[in-house]
Amino acid sequence: MILVFIEVREGKIKKFSLEALSEAKRRAEDLKTEVAAVLIGHNVENLASEVFPFGASKVYVLENSLLRNYSAAGYAHALHSLAEEIKPVAILFSASSLGKDFAPRLAAKLGVSVASDCTKTACRDGKLEVSRPIFAGKIFITLTLRSSPQIVTLRPNVFPLMEPGAKEGEMVKKEVVIPEDQVKAQVVEILKEEGAEIDVTEAEIVVSGGRGMKGPENFDLLRELTSLLPQSAVGSSRSAVDAGWIGHQHQVGQTGKTVSPDLYMAIGISGAIQHLAGMSSSKYIVAVNKDREASIFKVADFGIVGDLFQVIPYLKEEVKKVLSE
Amino acid sequence: MKILVFVKRVPDTESKIRISNETGKIIEEGLNFVLNPYDEHAVEEAIRLREAKGGTVTVVSIGTEEAMIILKKCLAMGADKAVLVKDEAPESYDGLRTAKIIARAVEKKFPDHTLLLFGKQSVGADNSQVPSMVAELLGLPQVNVVTKLEMEGNQGVAHREIEGALEKVEFSLPAVISAQKGLNEPRYETLKGIMMAKKKEIPVISFEELELKAEEVASGLEITKMESPPQKQTGKIIEEEPAEAAKKMVEFLHKEAKVI
Ligand SMILES: Cc1cc2nc3c(=O)[nH]c(=O)nc-3n(C[C@H](O)[C@H](O)[C@H](O)COP(=O)(O)OP(=O)(O)OC[C@H]3O[C@@H](n4cnc5c(N)ncnc54)[C@H](O)[C@@H]3O)c2cc1C
Ligand SMILES: Nc1ncnc2c1ncn2[C@@H]1O[C@H](COP(=O)(O)O)[C@@H](O)[C@H]1O
Repeated sequence: MILVFIEVREGKIKKFSLEALSEAKRRAEDLKTEVAAVLIGHNVENLASEVFPFGASKVYVLENSLLRNYSAAGYAHALHSLAEEIKPVAILFSASSLGKDFAPRLAAKLGVSVASDCTKTACRDGKLEVSRPIFAGKIFITLTLRSSPQIVTLRPNVFPLMEPGAKEGEMVKKEVVIPEDQVKAQVVEILKEEGAEIDVTEAEIVVSGGRGMKGPENFDLLRELTSLLPQSAVGSSRSAVDAGWIGHQHQVGQTGKTVSPDLYMAIGISGAIQHLAGMSSSKYIVAVNKDREASIFKVADFGIVGDLFQVIPYLKEEVKKVLSE
Repeated sequence: MKILVFVKRVPDTESKIRISNETGKIIEEGLNFVLNPYDEHAVEEAIRLREAKGGTVTVVSIGTEEAMIILKKCLAMGADKAVLVKDEAPESYDGLRTAKIIARAVEKKFPDHTLLLFGKQSVGADNSQVPSMVAELLGLPQVNVVTKLEMEGNQGVAHREIEGALEKVEFSLPAVISAQKGLNEPRYETLKGIMMAKKKEIPVISFEELELKAEEVASGLEITKMESPPQKQTGKIIEEEPAEAAKKMVEFLHKEAKVI
């Protein structure tokens, strides 16, 4: 069996967990095995019905009031017991901030290694084989994990969702006992960042501005674009962050966030290697830059050589036209 | 407070990474190596905590003798002590292997150190695994990707970055913390610091001393392929009147890419 951890935040299932589930289903068909999902938390049982259509024939529910807020130690304790009992061949996570925190902790408890942030999966000799970027995407390695369960985290927005299937399956509730002293770090509060409706890592469209934007006020031009486009967010290069034009949570790149949206728009960004590191796995990349030789054009599917201040207003009008069709 | 900081020697982010046709491995020749940027933030934070509250800062690296350069840099920044755990094995990309070595080193050599600082990620391996694994192996709480850290005695509060928000986390020592950019602004080494660092002896610890057996330091990964990413086909680059250019781009996004 392949087990998939389903992440819940503010009572909702994260879309990238359903991507992981869909990918697990594809691999399970090759391996001729089943897929099960696991929900961890407090009052999460009712979410099981949303998981079945994405390939899980079974959903395990691990509930305990101590698991209301995420804690790596508490979650690892709960999932470790389940893994020891049902012995999955692999456990898949999304490489979200929670997944990256949790998967290695669980792995160390089980005494197995992890493949982080994978962008491709396959089967080889009855096991999973995964590929992942290293050196910020300059190299890809393909590997298998020697011990079982194989623990893998998958990069968000890379794996397609499957067509929703059967709406029903088996739900298995498990009693979890968490020793109080297991949870020595407690989330006491979630501080929302101002204006961040959708994080760049979760957006389907990212519109990023760089030094070519000239000043903080001009980022409004990009915000006008994202306000038209559903599921979109404003990103930026490091230069724009360092200049204080926009908060660092918007920074894309090697020392910022790694994004792989359906569409990445680079506006007034030269395309330095550290910037490309954070966005080159985007499905489509377009760029507006006045310098024909800018590196960003080497990775762009479509580029406009021109002054962004002249081009953006027309882009906005054209987008409006298309959306109203 | 006795603080340990774990630091790694990594190629700088501007490096052009190439793969050897013969060995299928990365060509290290000509690469410029640096202290992992996130670890630099961890070292800075450790020094600030010592300056404010007293204690000691010890930096530890697992690697070859070449890691001495980054350990010297940490000493020049202001760390009190540096230690190298000698590991001649090539990069395995296996976080568990490194975590086991670190956990054993802490148990055997630094059992009284209560704050274990890391970077959130090592550039190159890009794993983000070692801190959580060390925390589990030693039974400690962890707070990763930290942009703010406050300590009061054995109690700490940290801000951890998550998608679109920050988690405020309370914990008590001993604990594992990993640093994100934004935690602080690392200082430059001073000339005086560099001179002092030169004089300091850096002890080398072997796997035998840590009683690490061969099977404990074997890699859990089997790498079957290493390759450069497929070259992207050059896209369509146009230089036309803004109105016309914008129209064509949106048409591409709508009709061909189907993303709008
Ligand atoms: C350790 C390290 C880590 C780094 N991490 C990151 C990272 O995470 N993310 C990141 O982005 N960078 C990172 N960098 C910085 C990176 O090297 C570049 O300096 C940065 O990406 C450049 O940002 P930019 O493209 O906005 O600016 P520039 O390189 O200055 O480019 C500005 C572009 O705007 C164009 N332009 C100007 N005016 C107009 C106009 N009116 N119309 C159209 N185009 C115009 C110019 O032609 C130019 O191409 C890092 C660097 C180091 C050393
Ligand atoms: N070889 C090493 N020696 C010392 N510390 C390391 C080593 N590898 C990883 N680390 C620490 O673990 C952090 C996360 O690394 P990683 O899990 O490889 O992304 C790094 O930022 C370092 O603090």
